[in-house]
Amino acid sequence: MRRAIRSAIGFSSTSERSGGTETTVEVTGAQALILSLEAQGVEVAFGLPGGAILPVYDPILDSSIRHIHVRHEQGAGHAAEGYADATGRPGVAIVTSGPGATNIVTPLADAYMDSVPMVVVAGQVAAGSIGTDAFQEVDTTGVTMGVTKHNYLVKDAVEIPRIVAEAFHIATTGRPGPVLIDFPKDVANMRVDWEEVAAVDLPGYSPPVLPDASAIRQAVELIRTARRPVLYVGGGVVKSEASGALAALVATTGIPVVTTLMARGAFPDSDPHCLGMPGMHGSYAAVTAMQRSDLLISLGARFDDRVTGKVSAFAPDALVVHVDIDPAEIGKVRQADVAVVADCCHAIEALIAALAEGEPLDAARLAPWMAQLSEWRSRFPFTYDPGDGSTIKPQFVVEQLRDATPDDVILVSGVGQHQMWASQFWQFERPRSWINSGGLGTMGFAVPAAMGAKVGRPDRMVWAIDGDGCFQMTAQELVTTTAEHIPVKIAILNNAYLGMVRQWQHMFYKERYSSVYLSPDLPDYVGWAESMGCVGLRVTSPEEVLPAIEKANEIDDRSVVIDFRTDVTEHVYPIIPAGKSNDEIVLHPSQENFAR
Amino acid sequence: MMAATNGKARYHLLSVRVENKAGVLARVSGLFARRGFNIFSLVVAPTQDERFSRISIVVDVESTPLSQIVEQLAKLINVVAISELDPDRAREAELLLATVAVSEDRGQSFVELIGRFDARVVEESDEATMVMAVGDPGSLDEFEAGLERYGIVEIQRTGRIGLPTLSPAS
Repeated sequence: MRRAIRSAIGFSSTSERSGGTETTVEVTGAQALILSLEAQGVEVAFGLPGGAILPVYDPILDSSIRHIHVRHEQGAGHAAEGYADATGRPGVAIVTSGPGATNIVTPLADAYMDSVPMVVVAGQVAAGSIGTDAFQEVDTTGVTMGVTKHNYLVKDAVEIPRIVAEAFHIATTGRPGPVLIDFPKDVANMRVDWEEVAAVDLPGYSPPVLPDASAIRQAVELIRTARRPVLYVGGGVVKSEASGALAALVATTGIPVVTTLMARGAFPDSDPHCLGMPGMHGSYAAVTAMQRSDLLISLGARFDDRVTGKVSAFAPDALVVHVDIDPAEIGKVRQADVAVVADCCHAIEALIAALAEGEPLDAARLAPWMAQLSEWRSRFPFTYDPGDGSTIKPQFVVEQLRDATPDDVILVSGVGQHQMWASQFWQFERPRSWINSGGLGTMGFAVPAAMGAKVGRPDRMVWAIDGDGCFQMTAQELVTTTAEHIPVKIAILNNAYLGMVRQWQHMFYKERYSSVYLSPDLPDYVGWAESMGCVGLRVTSPEEVLPAIEKANEIDDRSVVIDFRTDVTEHVYPIIPAGKSNDEIVLHPSQENFAR
Repeated sequence: MMAATNGKARYHLLSVRVENKAGVLARVSGLFARRGFNIFSLVVAPTQDERFSRISIVVDVESTPLSQIVEQLAKLINVVAISELDPDRAREAELLLATVAVSEDRGQSFVELIGRFDARVVEESDEATMVMAVGDPGSLDEFEAGLERYGIVEIQRTGRIGLPTLSPAS
């Protein structure tokens, strides 16, 4: 659109602009918004129009921005998250006022929890009507205040370029997160001189970047003397694109790594230093390494309760080096012995540089520790009972999918048992190859997030492992994938239950199953998929699993849904019951006898 | 009521400079509510620079570590600067208005009480007297206790405000 407007008023060359000869263009507020989004490099927006946002949808027709018309605003939000997770660029969603805005509150909360850069533009009733309970009016900035990094209510069209520039700056710098712009209809219709914003001026916002040198020196002192160190790697390593630096740090120090649910792929699972996922359903080696550790080096992780278990019993002997770009994370849950407030990548590079200055590390020092970890890992791997072949084990589906898909596949998941099995049994080798809802635990995340990931990375195959409960929440976005030609593949692990809830009712509520049964056949997932323009496949026996996956892999002109009928009796192991110490880890029944 | 215990204050006064923009107070109070931080009082008013306002917040540092409160506040985009005013190194003040069940024909003891705390009578009627006092919060606590003997009908205190004490001239 920028080009259209420019040519209409005689500006056709971008070099003029960069040469500083161009000043302003008179446009509507809606056009100013689209121009501002284009100026931020936005290529894709997910959205759904409605009354208050109508003025914005007119200039979208002339814009270079690809608008993907979702079927529900929650889908727009999760798609924007999936796009951001897959690409590292901010996801953008556009919705209308009232229910459009409230429907995207869940994705905002999800993005806030998982630090996903996202900008949402929500329509609002005309500024003069705000506060009158106008049609489709909701106090959107009030509602979203607690689930956004920041939000704006645009009062005058002259503010648009500045607010959009600030929104993207805030969403993408420091600890990333969602920013919402509430955009009243009359503001969209105002005439305004649009001008590209050169720089943002936010006196209260200056996220830290570089680490404090003395903190790095202290951290290095601890690293040099630790006997049982663990690198506790969280999502911040992915956000700061620090995987390369992390690999170098591990190569330098020989320290083993755990990768949290948000950091799967930040360090390759195939590396002998990788202990896998810690936490409630983490590997015995990862959980116990942290418990026995004398030095936890936390990199962009936040000591989530699903990782720590009972905080007072977590890693009791460990000193803590806590690296985080968000100073409020330091000491929030666990007191840090050394706090490094910085971008993870810069902090890791500083650690490597500081280590190089001193004596070479004594590699033999960690040998007993690595031997212990190696033993735990080989004795207590993730495992399941393969059964007699009469049922499909959900873990088997994950393994087959892992082995039958390309190395650079992007895996997305919903929330629940299937998510844990995906994290446990997959082998992640690269960052941004795993996209899921960690902090908020949003069922229904997978389908729209997979769509967003595929939009961001059309060169990659995108598979989602979803639960039957999750799938029912947001499956309508498969209509969008058909209409917009965004082929994704969905593996439903259909056990006819809300599986994780069922597992908890089994283990902690005396098998009193309350409101967890879903039915394997209602809805008919194959028929549903086909009605949405997708290929639907049903798999009812183990020998059909691989052929179905291979068939799905060959279809690249539309989305595919496979209804895998899985064994409902499978539980996720290990499990640390909520509120218990990580020392009370419950292993798979076949391993229980050997653990302690 | 907020006296120091064991020599260590259980409250801290935060002086927070914020951008003077719509909704900033809601952002600050909302943060306290959703993070479960307790506030004893909160006062907000513009500063000499119209771009900024200053919020004085008395926070409970027994229930939450001060550092956590400060760091979470600092994350608000509109919060520009936060000063932690240690009670021992800050000048604190508060304003009190009270209607007391004392008639125009006031007794000597009431007049003395008013005088002792530099308060003044701002309204009076046959049944009641309204007094106003400004002072450090501790002395206002004492003044309020003194007024109770006469029967407080209504009272409004502003909550404390503060600035760092000046360094002694050298």
